[in-house]
Amino acid sequence: MLYDVIIIGAGVSGSAIARELSRYEVNVCVLEKCEDVCEGTSKANSAIVHAGFDAAAGSLMAKLNVRGNEMMDDLCRDLDIPFKRNGSMVVCIHKEALSGLQDLYDRGIKNGVKDMRILTREEALELEPNLSDNVEGALLAPTGGIICPFKLNIAMAENANVNGVDFRFNTKVEDIVKDEEGLWHIRTNNGEYVTRYVVNAAGVYSGVIHNMVSKDDDKIEIIPRRGDYCLLDKEVGTHVSHTIFPQPTNLGKGVLVSPTVHGNLIVGPTAIDIDDKEGTNTTADGIGDLIAKANDHVKNLPMRKVITSFAGLRAHAARHEFIIGEVDGAPHFIDCAAIESPGLTSSPAIGEMVGNMLKDMMGLSKKANWISTRKDVMNPADLSVEERNELIKKNPAYGNIICRCESISEGEILDAIHRPLGARSLDGVKRRTRAGMGRCQAGFCSPKTMEILHRELGLPYEEITKSGGRSNIVMERTKNQKGGNN
Amino acid sequence: MTNYDIVIVGGGPAGLAAAVSARNAGVEKILILERDKELGGILNQCIHNGFGLHTFKEELTGPEYAYRFIEKVLDAKIEYKLNTMVMDISEDRVVTAMSREDGMYQIKAGAVILAMGCRERPRGALNIPGYRPAGIFSAGTAQRLVNIEGYMPGREVVILGSGDIGLIMARRMTLEGAKVKVVAELMPYSGGLKRNIVQCLDDFGIPLKLSHTVVDIEGKEHLTAVTIAEVDNHGKPIPGTEERYTCDTLLLSCGLIPENELSRNAGVTMSPITSGPVVNESLETNIPGVFACGNVLHVHDLVDYVSEEADRAGKNAAKFIKGELSDGSSEEIEIVATEGARYTVPSTINVDRMDDKLTVRFRVGAVYKDSYVSVYFDDERVMHNKKRIMAPGEMEQIILLKDKLTEKPGLKKITVKIEEE
Repeated sequence: MLYDVIIIGAGVSGSAIARELSRYEVNVCVLEKCEDVCEGTSKANSAIVHAGFDAAAGSLMAKLNVRGNEMMDDLCRDLDIPFKRNGSMVVCIHKEALSGLQDLYDRGIKNGVKDMRILTREEALELEPNLSDNVEGALLAPTGGIICPFKLNIAMAENANVNGVDFRFNTKVEDIVKDEEGLWHIRTNNGEYVTRYVVNAAGVYSGVIHNMVSKDDDKIEIIPRRGDYCLLDKEVGTHVSHTIFPQPTNLGKGVLVSPTVHGNLIVGPTAIDIDDKEGTNTTADGIGDLIAKANDHVKNLPMRKVITSFAGLRAHAARHEFIIGEVDGAPHFIDCAAIESPGLTSSPAIGEMVGNMLKDMMGLSKKANWISTRKDVMNPADLSVEERNELIKKNPAYGNIICRCESISEGEILDAIHRPLGARSLDGVKRRTRAGMGRCQAGFCSPKTMEILHRELGLPYEEITKSGGRSNIVMERTKNQKGGNN
Repeated sequence: MTNYDIVIVGGGPAGLAAAVSARNAGVEKILILERDKELGGILNQCIHNGFGLHTFKEELTGPEYAYRFIEKVLDAKIEYKLNTMVMDISEDRVVTAMSREDGMYQIKAGAVILAMGCRERPRGALNIPGYRPAGIFSAGTAQRLVNIEGYMPGREVVILGSGDIGLIMARRMTLEGAKVKVVAELMPYSGGLKRNIVQCLDDFGIPLKLSHTVVDIEGKEHLTAVTIAEVDNHGKPIPGTEERYTCDTLLLSCGLIPENELSRNAGVTMSPITSGPVVNESLETNIPGVFACGNVLHVHDLVDYVSEEADRAGKNAAKFIKGELSDGSSEEIEIVATEGARYTVPSTINVDRMDDKLTVRFRVGAVYKDSYVSVYFDDERVMHNKKRIMAPGEMEQIILLKDKLTEKPGLKKITVKIEEE
């Protein structure tokens, strides 16, 4: 089949572009090397909707950050996902650095960030009593927010899929060539795909994909910049209410401390440039470093309440600027590369920008019956007891709690499995429902979730994975079950 | 809203024994709420033997031990509901529960017995660096997979932590044909019972490395290797001591945490040491009519002690609903654990309310050889018992006699400590 557009990568950028394109009469397919959407940079980040005062004035990054931030309320309402404008606060702990807050404020004004204020020490402490005793002042940006990165990514992909976009998982791009007619042939481990246009939204691999088609003097190097994080128990999720940043450095926005939209506390990230594009291992030094840095601007951090730690990779390019546009000498090949922070925030605006670009290039017309909204997996905890009983009467699975920590029922898990682009692994279920994301970290629910995946998808136990590939949970039957001698 | 005299949250060994004893004390309307599909709790996956030596004077497997109590519950026609999750317990003892069949409903309880047990400390809480691949399990989750579901997680195993479940699983995985390469324990002593170290590790030639921890986890999709290293006195890895083990399975047995989310929401006061409720001599929490027993109260070493404790909780809850648990006109005596003793259960005594004999259980914070368990009534030492060995993995106990306490009117404080001489 000949596609009009193939998007490489089902992260938050690729999915946002897919959703934008799904408004038009156009055949679109997304190729993803992993078994699910949201498997790379999009799944392991700070989960912050940045206000937009950080990026250099006049940069594409600044423009898309502020635009993405503006779009977030409507988008999250349409896609039924949680988003909260809790406000960001950049904390200054050295008197001599106070002018830096003013610089950030000025840059924010140039970037179009609304409602910012510079706070005195007293004002800052009144809003956040757990700030460091050394706080000298702070920049408050009320438009900063917190979001669930999984849900944003999944919702955009799901909505694109409902509107006709194909997704091919476990499909890794190996080579891209152009034929005489100007069509792109994309060779993958799952056969060849032919398309008129290509969008490169491959995250830390966007350089590799770009370099398959670009001229010799136009190569991109994406440096995986690793960031370690700690996630803390909901018990301490209100230690701060705003997202607390230190003052930025040339390595980025620094180690933040923030509530998450689900009520946990997140601390991170560190910033270490590495070679391995899959190098998402945490290190003792990294975790030690982030705790030390977080303690500089937030006091009494309850680090004993860590429930998990993880690392994510930013798709960093030396210029520290998004690379979006047609590749020189490769007509109809659009880069969406080097999408590092604030990529999550910018994603709706990236989708809009690339969507508009392709609409103009291809002369696309709007679909008559585009579906703009979707419903998330429901959260029965939001219902009244009467409503909940009504629901359980109709579908008893909602009465069967599978994940005790997050109070997730079988009904929610069934929904996650059977909806468009549904979950096929423990992590897939986890990112769609939060089952396994609580304080026991799936110790209790994973055997139960495996049983549901086995039953609903007809998967043998040995083929049930944590997150696709070779991440199977069990290896074989016990002797007794195999019928051997014990 | 339906009414019950006693609602018991959890149908494991603690809940079952509490139910039986409350019924024996004459309580009619008792309801056990159990979230799993059968009664017995975690004992159902403990298919090894060694249970019941104290209670029944014979060696039973976990399911056999559980069944002794399940039979009594069935014989006494005590009501129970399976596949039922308790969602909330209020301060005025309204229990909100949910199941497929009954939806969400509320029960007004004359008394509540908390018997929810405990859970395992997960990898995340241990801050072990490295990748996050498949193949890492808490020992109890692996035990469930092997013994209940009938599946093997892998063939080459490393175990971090020497808690009893980890030790039991070292033997279990070996019997299933897996190679258990090493058990690493952060502390300079084991967290498990001596008999488990002998029967589950020594007998199979599995090395136990004390003062060692995991410092790296390899494998992007599935676990391929772990590195362990020796730690110094502060638990920090010593550079140069690293040893790498290829493996496909890492089991964690690094401590158990009483499962008290419901208790906390109800307003029950918690002990920071045990992570369980603070209780008095009647095993009653700060909320009148709410009792606790078993691993939700403090993590036990032997189920026999769970049953014994639950028996007392059941009796006292029965007294409470019959109005026989006196208000206690005498002053509350505080029990203080110090100098080697980490905590005591109970932590207060009201002499009016105590039985003739009261068992006070505690754990020590380090290994003690040829030392004494000393008990002081205010400043006067009244007990000085020599013990050949005491270790954090095994519970200790003292027995207080009501007679002795009534002889000391005005007694404010009982101190339990470990003394070298």
